[in-house]
Amino acid sequence: MTETTKTPATPPADAVPTRPAHGLVPLPEAAARALLLGGGIATAASTFLAWTWTSEFPGDLTVTGYPGGLQVLSLIAGILTAVFALASYGIRGLGWLLPARNNAPLVLVALGGFGVTWFTAIEIAAKLGGLANWETGTWIAIIASLLPLLGALALPPDNAGTKDFFKSYLPKPDRIPAPQPISPWMQRAVITVVSIIGLAVFTYGIDTEYGELFIGFLIVVVFTIWAMHTAGLLDRFSAMVAANRSFTLAMGFLAAIAFPFTQTDDHYANIGVNILIFGTVALGLNIVVGLAGLLDLGYVAFLGVGAYTAALVSGSEFSKFSGVQFPFWAAALTGAAASLIFGVLIGAPTLRLRGDYLAIVTLGFGEIFRIAVNNMDGESGPDLTNGPNGIPSIPDLNLLGFNFGEAHDLGGFTLGRFANYYLLMVLIMAIVVTVYTRAADSRIGRSWIAIREDETAATAMGINGFRVKLIAFALGASLAGLAGTVSAHVTYSVVPNPYQFAGSTPPNSAFLLAAVVLGGMGTVAGPILGAALLYLLPEKLDFLQDKSLLAFGIALILLMRFRPEGIIANRRRQLEFHETGQLDVPDTETLTDEPAITKAGA
Amino acid sequence: MRFGGLTAVRSVDFTVNSGEIVGLIGPNGAGKTTFFNCLTGLYIPTEGTVSYKGTVLPPKPHLVTKAGIARTFQNIRLFANMTVLENVLVGRHTRTKEGLWSALLRGPGFKKAEKASEDRAMELLEFIGLAHKRDHLARNLPYGEQRKLEIARALASEPGLLLLDEPTAGMNPQETRATEELVFAIRDMGIAVLVIEHDMRFIFNLCDRVAVLVQGEKLVEGTSEVVQADERVIAAYLGEPFEGDPGQAEAAEVAAAESTPGTTKGDAQ
Repeated sequence: MTETTKTPATPPADAVPTRPAHGLVPLPEAAARALLLGGGIATAASTFLAWTWTSEFPGDLTVTGYPGGLQVLSLIAGILTAVFALASYGIRGLGWLLPARNNAPLVLVALGGFGVTWFTAIEIAAKLGGLANWETGTWIAIIASLLPLLGALALPPDNAGTKDFFKSYLPKPDRIPAPQPISPWMQRAVITVVSIIGLAVFTYGIDTEYGELFIGFLIVVVFTIWAMHTAGLLDRFSAMVAANRSFTLAMGFLAAIAFPFTQTDDHYANIGVNILIFGTVALGLNIVVGLAGLLDLGYVAFLGVGAYTAALVSGSEFSKFSGVQFPFWAAALTGAAASLIFGVLIGAPTLRLRGDYLAIVTLGFGEIFRIAVNNMDGESGPDLTNGPNGIPSIPDLNLLGFNFGEAHDLGGFTLGRFANYYLLMVLIMAIVVTVYTRAADSRIGRSWIAIREDETAATAMGINGFRVKLIAFALGASLAGLAGTVSAHVTYSVVPNPYQFAGSTPPNSAFLLAAVVLGGMGTVAGPILGAALLYLLPEKLDFLQDKSLLAFGIALILLMRFRPEGIIANRRRQLEFHETGQLDVPDTETLTDEPAITKAGA
Repeated sequence: MRFGGLTAVRSVDFTVNSGEIVGLIGPNGAGKTTFFNCLTGLYIPTEGTVSYKGTVLPPKPHLVTKAGIARTFQNIRLFANMTVLENVLVGRHTRTKEGLWSALLRGPGFKKAEKASEDRAMELLEFIGLAHKRDHLARNLPYGEQRKLEIARALASEPGLLLLDEPTAGMNPQETRATEELVFAIRDMGIAVLVIEHDMRFIFNLCDRVAVLVQGEKLVEGTSEVVQADERVIAAYLGEPFEGDPGQAEAAEVAAAESTPGTTKGDAQ
């Protein structure tokens, strides 16, 4: 950033960087803004028309009068575009949407509307066979959604200095004007509203019935969030969150609890509970990888230990101890304890290694678990786990007379089997989040981070590296084991196969690690968001099927290139990866060798 | 201390008394840092022992620090992505006990201990003059302040003996003088200091006693006058004077070779 602002200063002619009158599209600014506003409204309006003549296209877009399926997404994107356009006019009451008065958010919301509308039109043509399937409404929609994009690109780019499209049109402003101080109650109100919107968006995403709708949903969500990021709204919101941490956590959990009450079909609660299990385990892995910096490639084994332990003491008739049926709290503790012991057994010899060596050894131990479980069928090994058949027909939990297997009516809402387990998992997630945040912000958490930063210096400061790393490893393992005990009951049976290093469906070690890295290492929300994404994508997009691993590989590479700190950035990591834009960087350090260059240029 | 066939430090017998500032000098590669690493348990000495206040220390870095010997590093090794305050708090590790359970349960004891640690850390930051930068990341501090912070982090472990490995490397004269003041202030706190340094003025101003290490062996030990006057020390740093003039015949040979470079070239073709 310093470079771009400084270099124009060298030749006297360009002393003041001039802002061009227009962007890529040669139009005056007033016309451009009018296009944005008009196009946004027109896009929204066009969704009330029929887009095709047959209901064969999923979502039934044939109805004139109200939008359906993908049209709803176009409608939302159109309204957002219009609202942002109004904000760019400086309408009173909307100024907060564009605090920095920059044009990048406009480009992005316009792209979102354009993307989802054109995607729908192209899908209609591709699916039903030809442009003949487009109705007048479709033509209006694709033209209407193109207008805001043209308008946005006609606006002068925020960062005209560079040729690069991304850097010139979509930069995040260096400085966002400080918000007006608002009262704590207003902040909490904002957090509440955002939680409700978040729940609505998340519920909509989970409830999408077909792949096209999910892709459209992703297009709108990604571009809207990106627009808010460049507008500086996300920064402002995270400042608010930082000021009201426990309130935000409470709201987050309330929203999570509210989710099953919004569902009529237990199928989506099933997705919800699986995401929670996956997210809980990812959060446990985050202690090991994100805080202590130990790359563990066999982490899913601990989930397996917990699941198998719970299955063995569940009273299933196929269990080796079929007579034994522990109450849930005891089974959960046994599962966590078994994982803990397993973690210490694996950790004690391996944690003396560092870096890549540790990764390879944990990868090996993870596979050893799966293969050992596969062989403990009484023929190739001791009779314990039934080999590849696993332990089926695990009975449902019964907690204080509350049978998790049955649907319950609660104040007019029906909570099905998976919704019951979902609520149990929310409770376990709450425990894991508490453990994570409390451990991270303490003497032991600091010593984990110190070990990650520089192990030699950490031991020279009196930290017993081995002991501290073993605690991280064991804690992470027992949290995964705790999640495993629930997952055994949710899935009715445990088999060795899911607990492998890499597979096409979560959870496996590669997916867990990807969830942590993708979401953002060292944060609480990051791994949960990463887990949700990684679970939903293969679930919703059937066409990915066996190519999902390839797709995630590509996605991870792109992420590492453009946002190495993950979707939700830990403050530390953000500063680690992006040298510029750091408020506490002393000026002298970034400028030391610059004057020489300036002189040479002049 | 031997690495394979190489003996890096051989039978160095060395004592630091309490309240003393002792210097350790020697040419590059003499084994000064290796000696430090042996003292602090980063290397396990092949022979010999390190004892502190009469007890023999095990060669484990964290136990050495716990016993009361803290150190800094020649190339700064801060926790770059932790804040200034957090760096010092990590230094408090051996003097606090709160484990995982107390962190999870957050009883009153935990809060009290955290508060006490933070207060002590802030005192140290005041002492070295970095209190106003408590929330900056260590990596963003200028070089001189990073050196200071490393000293504060070492002091946080409440040592009786502080080992400084080239504390003024790369500093300008003003900063060096400030470091000198800082070391005196640390000595006045009742902490003995053992310092490795190449800046002779710094060493001889500062130290009550200086030891010279050359090729892994202790050459001299004594007050600065004794060391400065010792010929072997000068020889170790500057090399020995020639024994006698170069031979007449050799000089003529060299002169002849230099005057006729063409012939040698021609021969080669």
